[in-house]
Amino acid sequence: MTTDPAVACVGVGRAYGERTVLRDVSFELPAGQTLAVFGANGAGKTTLLRMLATLLRPHAGDVRVLGSELPQQGWAVRGRLGFLGHEPLLYSALSARENLRFHARLHGVGRERVDGLLAAVGMELRADEPIRLLSRGMVQRVAVCRAVLHEPELLLLDEPYANLDPAAVALVRPLLTGGTRVLISHDVEGGLAEADLVLGLRGSEAVLLGHDAAQVRKLYA
Amino acid sequence: MRSAVIALVRKDLLAELRSFEAVPAMLMFTISAFALFHFGLDRSSLEGSLASGVLWVTLLLAAVLGMNRLFVTEREQGGFDAFLLAPVDRTAMFVAKVIVLFGFLVVVEVVAVAAFAVLLLEPGLGRAMPGLPLVLLLADAGLAVIGTLVGALAVQTRARDLIVPLLALPLSIPLLIAGANATAPLLARSGAAALEGRWLAILGLYDVVFALLAYAVFDYLLED
Repeated sequence: MTTDPAVACVGVGRAYGERTVLRDVSFELPAGQTLAVFGANGAGKTTLLRMLATLLRPHAGDVRVLGSELPQQGWAVRGRLGFLGHEPLLYSALSARENLRFHARLHGVGRERVDGLLAAVGMELRADEPIRLLSRGMVQRVAVCRAVLHEPELLLLDEPYANLDPAAVALVRPLLTGGTRVLISHDVEGGLAEADLVLGLRGSEAVLLGHDAAQVRKLYA
Repeated sequence: MRSAVIALVRKDLLAELRSFEAVPAMLMFTISAFALFHFGLDRSSLEGSLASGVLWVTLLLAAVLGMNRLFVTEREQGGFDAFLLAPVDRTAMFVAKVIVLFGFLVVVEVVAVAAFAVLLLEPGLGRAMPGLPLVLLLADAGLAVIGTLVGALAVQTRARDLIVPLLALPLSIPLLIAGANATAPLLARSGAAALEGRWLAILGLYDVVFALLAYAVFDYLLED
């Protein structure tokens, strides 16, 4: 018996105007595993993640996420993905609790889940302050809560531990581990430690790498 | 979809109550515009079609300010992405934004029309009731629909502040014509005449046509 991969890309490409950001990207990510994506700034990591999240259309190739073709069947995937990008996707005028309750309502999740997550990331005492008054680390903790609020089947994570101190990393890590993940990281050792598969992006092209830190570092040379 | 619309409307109202960005700006603009008309026309009082024209042009331009702000937080703070990742009908955002802009316009008009009556209107408002609120509400519905459509289109561009007035003002001309013509008899010094049904019909027709058009195309405006 064969199981469909959680994510499958075949010959995927994407351009912004004349500039090709990704060309002929192919890989498969089995369910329950973590794909770490490495590459220098501008290599196309965020573009790849946004395509998997249905936020960008591929200009070439086939993208299949959780059994659905993108972008045609994007509607079937939304709500099953947890996306944590560079932006926290939180409204600065609202408090952490109000933001999470807003997202909980969009995803059909109960309020008790919001309170539980805020407690899990140590934000109960600051949960009613506007996001704009929180430190970047605290905002990142709330953003992690937002990404996992609906218990997604696939997590798409772009440097999820950015702005977090070691204690905060220890708080959020359990929320971000255990499922299928695509993880963008600039922390070579940390990323490799979490990865089952390693994808390197360089010059708009992608190659599957082994767990070799030296090989990954060449991407940044 | 109802739950998503309620969540979006609640979020927008909460954000406006915290930041006071859109409604106070629209109100300040209307009061300033009435003062400018007062001095520019060198008249201490207006009535009939002139009063109607001044009122409608001022309200229309104030509405453009609200349209400009309608999607700014969605764009700047990632609201579009968060919404697109949720398993909800995208029309929910259109409906929610129409409701929010409609609400903003009503709040502004409650204050602005009262200020207009005090600062510029000769006959007083008493005789314009209840026709004037009816005309305003019908026009507000159209403005809210157009504003949401144009706001969603413009916010994806760098020249948002230019695109909104450039698109919204021409599209609002039928509303302005119908609204001003329906209102003029209500503000006559000689006493309010009855509302003309044809102008109300034009306003209603405009609302329906643009609501259907916006409903059909709004999803595409949110896509990559």
